[in-house]
Amino acid sequence: MEWVLFLTFALLAGAAAVAMVLQRNPVYSALCLIITFFAQAGLYILLHAQLIAFVHIIVYAGAIMVLFLFVIMLLDLRPEELPPMQFRRAPVLLGLVLAGALLAELALGIGPRIILGPRGPHDVETLRILGNTQEVGRILFREYLIPFELTSVILLSAMVGALVLAKRRSE
Amino acid sequence: MVPLWAYLLLSGFLFIVGVVGVATRRNALIIFMAIELMLNAVNLTFVAFSRFLHSLDGQVFVFFVMTVAAAEVAVGLAIIIALFRNAETVYVDEIHLLKG
Repeated sequence: MEWVLFLTFALLAGAAAVAMVLQRNPVYSALCLIITFFAQAGLYILLHAQLIAFVHIIVYAGAIMVLFLFVIMLLDLRPEELPPMQFRRAPVLLGLVLAGALLAELALGIGPRIILGPRGPHDVETLRILGNTQEVGRILFREYLIPFELTSVILLSAMVGALVLAKRRSE
Repeated sequence: MVPLWAYLLLSGFLFIVGVVGVATRRNALIIFMAIELMLNAVNLTFVAFSRFLHSLDGQVFVFFVMTVAAAEVAVGLAIIIALFRNAETVYVDEIHLLKG
């Protein structure tokens, strides 16, 4: 059952992501990306991260993609013609070798630590008793309180920056 | 139970699709969407590891990534609007002000 749900969401997310990159019209790209986000929220629920799943839908599908669609409609673009893909042998080969080296490094370096290493206190049974949202909130406001407060500075500077950049110059 | 490698495989695939999108597309908006896709692939990795290592720190980090992504989108879209106002295009290969 879990595999069926995982494969459904995974195929949906992957297919929508590929479609997002291949679409010529940016509006369709944005809609495909929204499908990817919803499938990903389903995967978060499968991973017992309910809070993250709903925050993900609200922030990404609700706020960020609406902003994208607004800007796309504001700019009124013509569909883009995609250039034909062309690959040369040597760079592809070099990239594959480097990617393989990186993957082997990761697998040998951190793989054993993940499999054999220590586990935290929050397994599924504990979270079922304590509640996912409560525990995430407790960690966020205790151990990560200062980073959490600092994110408000990021949001404030982003807000000011966006206003300054998008404002029409009064000349 | 779905093992960890399945989630890592999926998020790696999503990240690669994002990289290909950034590298091949000319429309700045779609490049931005591909960057969002890459951030989301990393978020999926965080949550998967958080589940399999029984630790909620990964989920807290996802919050921070989301905050940075939201700020980045706000500033990035403002830059694209300013760019469109000045250069009348959002295609990154038509914008070559620094070439002189």
